[in-house]
Amino acid sequence: MTDPIFIERLPAAGDEWIDRDQRLCFSFEGRCHRAYAGDTVSSALWGNGVRLLGRSFKYHRPRGVYSMCGHDANVMLEDGETPNIRGDTTLVEDGMELTAVNTVGSLRHDLAGLNDRMSGFLPVGFYYKAFHTPSWMFPNWERMIRGIAGLGKVNPAAEWKPSPKGYDACDVLIVGGGPSGMAAALAAGRAGGRVVLVEDTRCLGGSLCYAGATAPESAATVNSMRDELEKLENVEVRLNTSVRGCYSENWLAFIGPGGLTKMRATAVVVATGAYEQPAVFRHNDLPGVMLGTAAQRLVHLYRVKPMQRALVLVGNDYGYGVALDLKAAGVEIAAVADFRETIGKGELVHDVKTAGIEILAGQGVYEARPAGGLVGIKGARVCPVNSAGTGLSTSATNVNCDGIVMATGWAPAGDLIGQAGGRLDYVPEAAQFRPGELPPGMFAAGRVNGVFGVDARLEDGEHAGGQAAAFAAGKEVPARRRPADEITAPSYPYPIIKHPKGKAFVDFDEDVQVKDIVNAVKEGYDSVELVKRYATVGMGPSQGKISNLNSSRVLATATGQAVGAVGYTTFRPFTRPTTIGELAGRRFHPDRRTPIHSRHQAAGAVFMHAGAWLRPEYYGPLVRHQAIVREVQAVRRRAGVIDVGTLGKIDVCGADAAEFLERMYTGRFSDLKLGKCRYALMCDESGVVADDGMSARLGDDRFYVTTTSSGSAAIVREMKRWAIIWGLEVTIIDHTGQFGALNLAGPESRRILGRLTDLDIGADSFEYLGFRQAVVAGVNCRLMRVGFVGELGYELHVPAQHAAVLWDAVVEAGQPEEIMPFGVEAQRLLRMEKGHQIIGQDTDALTTPLEAGLAWAVKMAKPFFIGQRSLKIIAPRPNVRSLAGFVMHDSTVMPAECHLVVDGDEICGRVTSIARSPTLGQVIGMAYMRPDQTIPGTVIDICVEGRLVQAEVVKLPFYDPSNERQKS
Amino acid sequence: MPHRLLRFGLSKKYNEPRMFRSPEQLKKSYDVVIIGAGGHGLATAYYLARDHGITNVAVLERAYIGGGGTGRNTAIVRANYLTPEGVAFYDESVRLFQDLSADFDLNLFYSQRGHFTLAHSDASLRTMRWRAEVNKHLGVDSELVDTAFIKEKCPHIDLSCGGHAPVMGALFHPPGAIARHDAVAWGYGRGADQRGVEIHQQTEVTGILVEGDKVTGVQTNRGTVETSKVVCAVAGYTPPLLEMVGIKTPLVIQPLQACVSEPLKPWLDTIIVSASLHLYVSQSSRGELVTGASLDPYPIHSTRSTLDFVEGLSGHLLDLFPFLGDVKIMRQWAGLSDVTPDFSPIMGLSPVEGFYLDAGWGTWGFKATPVCGKTMSYTVAENKPHPLIEPFRLSRFKEFELVGEKGAASVGH
Ligand SMILES: Cc1cc2nc3c(=O)[nH]c(=O)nc-3n(C[C@H](O)[C@H](O)[C@H](O)COP(=O)(O)OP(=O)(O)OC[C@H]3O[C@@H](n4cnc5c(N)ncnc54)[C@H](O)[C@@H]3O)c2cc1C
Repeated sequence: MTDPIFIERLPAAGDEWIDRDQRLCFSFEGRCHRAYAGDTVSSALWGNGVRLLGRSFKYHRPRGVYSMCGHDANVMLEDGETPNIRGDTTLVEDGMELTAVNTVGSLRHDLAGLNDRMSGFLPVGFYYKAFHTPSWMFPNWERMIRGIAGLGKVNPAAEWKPSPKGYDACDVLIVGGGPSGMAAALAAGRAGGRVVLVEDTRCLGGSLCYAGATAPESAATVNSMRDELEKLENVEVRLNTSVRGCYSENWLAFIGPGGLTKMRATAVVVATGAYEQPAVFRHNDLPGVMLGTAAQRLVHLYRVKPMQRALVLVGNDYGYGVALDLKAAGVEIAAVADFRETIGKGELVHDVKTAGIEILAGQGVYEARPAGGLVGIKGARVCPVNSAGTGLSTSATNVNCDGIVMATGWAPAGDLIGQAGGRLDYVPEAAQFRPGELPPGMFAAGRVNGVFGVDARLEDGEHAGGQAAAFAAGKEVPARRRPADEITAPSYPYPIIKHPKGKAFVDFDEDVQVKDIVNAVKEGYDSVELVKRYATVGMGPSQGKISNLNSSRVLATATGQAVGAVGYTTFRPFTRPTTIGELAGRRFHPDRRTPIHSRHQAAGAVFMHAGAWLRPEYYGPLVRHQAIVREVQAVRRRAGVIDVGTLGKIDVCGADAAEFLERMYTGRFSDLKLGKCRYALMCDESGVVADDGMSARLGDDRFYVTTTSSGSAAIVREMKRWAIIWGLEVTIIDHTGQFGALNLAGPESRRILGRLTDLDIGADSFEYLGFRQAVVAGVNCRLMRVGFVGELGYELHVPAQHAAVLWDAVVEAGQPEEIMPFGVEAQRLLRMEKGHQIIGQDTDALTTPLEAGLAWAVKMAKPFFIGQRSLKIIAPRPNVRSLAGFVMHDSTVMPAECHLVVDGDEICGRVTSIARSPTLGQVIGMAYMRPDQTIPGTVIDICVEGRLVQAEVVKLPFYDPSNERQKS
Repeated sequence: MPHRLLRFGLSKKYNEPRMFRSPEQLKKSYDVVIIGAGGHGLATAYYLARDHGITNVAVLERAYIGGGGTGRNTAIVRANYLTPEGVAFYDESVRLFQDLSADFDLNLFYSQRGHFTLAHSDASLRTMRWRAEVNKHLGVDSELVDTAFIKEKCPHIDLSCGGHAPVMGALFHPPGAIARHDAVAWGYGRGADQRGVEIHQQTEVTGILVEGDKVTGVQTNRGTVETSKVVCAVAGYTPPLLEMVGIKTPLVIQPLQACVSEPLKPWLDTIIVSASLHLYVSQSSRGELVTGASLDPYPIHSTRSTLDFVEGLSGHLLDLFPFLGDVKIMRQWAGLSDVTPDFSPIMGLSPVEGFYLDAGWGTWGFKATPVCGKTMSYTVAENKPHPLIEPFRLSRFKEFELVGEKGAASVGH
């Protein structure tokens, strides 16, 4: 391997972010590089003289450092594991092996670089204008286009790593640890209450960390504020933490070292600063052209000399400070070109003049002169400008330089304000947007608020901190006020110079040029939202942070409107792309287990998911079919026991309990006697079957109701909702998780139960549909005599902690009869033999009780129940379909559930349940069909894999039609 | 390089004509006023002009073309519905979509990917079989497939679903497609505009004039216009408009959210839907994962995003694609869905003469854009419902003749 590349940095400075004692090695595009701990990939590479850091998305143009703060969407890397790693903000780790995303061949010899030469053939929205004729060719074109598009590659073998998540709450949240944020935190902190300050980068200070000549005394200010903050115990500072979204009611999401934090803040101070905005001119995208703050970050944080000789293009006084910083870092300043005709009189300007730097007033950059292969620049052509953004090429002069540093203006980092529903208004004097009306509990301070001077930012922050603290404490909030600010016009209104040959980029993520926006407008896409969608401005990974403002400016000019009238596109989360892993956290997948779960395991149960529950499907070790047959036979011949603890179990109590059930369910319950239970069917308002269960009377004002396993949560919710709407005196207590339950069924079940209880359970004393509360196996138990599976049977409900004891006792007591536990599948078969419907399987989203053979459970004469009104309308009409039983005489072709019942072309219905019945030795099923087909003896056609098979309709139930067994 | 792009490289000037004009003023009267320049409104205008010769038409839009559900949806097009009425209707739309790029001479990136609806339980396997059977019976390409088949078409999927609720099979619908949603609106808009229809953006309808029980005009923020026919094609904004004419419907407005990832190289060719996981995902031709869930579980007229949504969705994405942990979500958003109790639309005539409804699009209306245009234009021109939309009449709720599509529409969109 070759020696790692390393170029020594500028002399150490106090506040640099690199640790010169720790040297790291990493590779980029197959070459080894050295870095210091604390370097980002971009700072290390740029420091080592690498200028080609990535390629653009569409034209594959060379790109380098641009913002150095997370918006360099063209410096995207991958390491075989993670796609789309940001070079400008990702710290170098020892041993990293990185390549640029989306190149064909290599970054240097990127064959797709050809796209740049073809750019004339690829106008705005070009893909809408071609590739679709002839249509049979499109899939090929699409495959090609998909291959060219996209950035990083996913690694399908990458392993999932859980990521932590936390909840938090505070009185005042301050977003951004710059001077205004720190001042706000101090003010809010002194007022008491819990204050949290989050800062995206590794230290407090914000822009003052790299302000250099633009804010000379800043280090001392930051240090003393940091010390002050440390003294306040109620203030927590979280570094390396970035707020990604602001949702309703100040619910914020941040990502930090502890993963995702969800914070509910009573008040929020947005002190997120400003995004520096580029100037637009031909070749403004090439390596070497960068934002002033990017150059300052390189110099002050990483001690990298950004270039040898710079042209500094400014539209404000700040840029003069940048020029001074660069000069101090040993960069030769070719000139300062100032868009403004009348340059400022501030100190920085004065210092630049004193330093003998040439100032070109009223001049902008007409174009950058590319170096070979477009990898870098070798100069700039500077020309006088007028405010309409036309540069005059004829009078352009050459300036030799290898870097153009732009300090022409800002856009507020107002994402969170926009997400929270606040507005940004364009302020023509400042040539930029500023927060307008803010949502309740949200305050803004500092540069995001359009305040730029350091003292003014401190004052603004302090005021906002005070406002937030007052809001959080429920006190009167001091009025909003703007501090006096020595910096009045930080942005140049139109830092854009058209070029007849184009390549003047507005959006770097998507390679959108000035002419693309102008042409989009010509085509009728003349509002910000339409331009965004057609020209894709702001649609890339940086979401327009350094392009939206210029896009609005170009659009305003092209449509003859003011920038404020053009506006901006909607702010949406995330402020910064956020990984799926961080959002997913630990991925919580609870499985619900009944209290008898361990017994099923021990008995060799094969489990299935039933909603969130795990239930025994059948018990091994036999294969599925044999096991089910064995279980069915045990129930029919002797006895079986099944865990039904997943049923919804609800106590309905209160003076109006009976009235409440009368309204919720279709049947009658006010006349239900103590010690009795009854089938309960529920419909929705359109008369569609919604749920069923049993309802038992525990007392005058108390019922115990069961629901289906899958319906329980929804039914409890519905009951509570209706109880409130109707204003009835009733309390709903959900016992679903608190009670376990089992069903003991089979001809021998009375004998077995008798061994466990003193209760008189004789056929006459505890009759079918009786209900008792008694001690069984030493446990207080609710007993219902029910017959879902069509045999003598008892449902036993006990507190969950005793359920396993009861189960054991029943299994033990049933030994002489060879009792057998049975699973969901055997139960399904047993109930079908008995012709009982399963809600959700034998009914669907439109089934009425009349169609499902449940009319007997509907008491239309009641004054009211949910769905009654609808059923009254439906009842007089003939049914469209009806559920009926059928048998298959030829069972070589077995239909499956949901195969259709057809009559010629007509779909008459579908099979809802079907199985081979071990009891009857026949294939039996239930199906919807045309009502005229339900007459026993009718032969229906079922369509199985395109073949019609015949079945004979029979009367339900298949088993024990006289109910002798379940009533015995 | 397709030859169609040559003209751009070879010409000095940019000679592309406007897609749609922006007329200065509203006329005094129109034969038909369409409210809403979403896909449906524009398609209705297009076919009114093209197929029925009715060109004195204004489409009024409160914001910008395609800014409602049309520009927010996840652009899944399919016909594997559950009811014969639904299948016939959406199948016609799929057919129309297939020719639309050529029809418009605008590439809609209509991309047939194949659509899987995964089943993680017996119960959903049953529903999938039901849909497959109905679809096949009606001639729609749709099949219940096993896990091996899913794995073959989508090799990176984790069928064990992280061990939680393993995939047991799927409904596979080969014609399932995605498209560039905005372009659909633009294409219809351009076609309508070329045929004389006026599209007025930034024009909000604030009132509907009714005399007796007949429509006579509409009021807007830019003045009043006379008309005897109004088509209401405002999807998520339907309730306030119906209030203006006093029509009651069982529509409920619920938000529906979605999000996109950063662009990635292609790795997912199919559309994957899982109702149990409340998840669907496809990869756009730009390389972004476009993904969403089921409706927000409460009615509210708000398009604000929620964190819950994207957290839940992320977890479920990892259930199926555990390697996506380091992939970043770039943006999330929300739209309004006008949901009906039976998950089918409300279309056709209304109790007010001259007021035509195209509503109840919930989470499923993008795919219906062409067929809506076709059938609504017929309905308006003939003043009688097109046979394909007869089952979707408003009165079906009174008559209890619902077209139950919940099982096929609630997450699949
Ligand atoms: C996140 C999401 C994902 C979706 N995914 C899919 C999918 O994958 N497949 C699918 O088929 N469907 C999907 N949908 C549903 C689909 O987007 C909509 O059903 C469809 O776009 C409706 O189209 P439209 O033309 O009827 O209405 P819209 O496109 O909503 O257009 C209505 C227009 O009316 C305008 N308007 C409203 N009020 C007024 C007024 N008073 N005056 C003038 N103009 C007015 C609005 O500004 C809007 O532009 C999804 C929806 C969302 C929100």
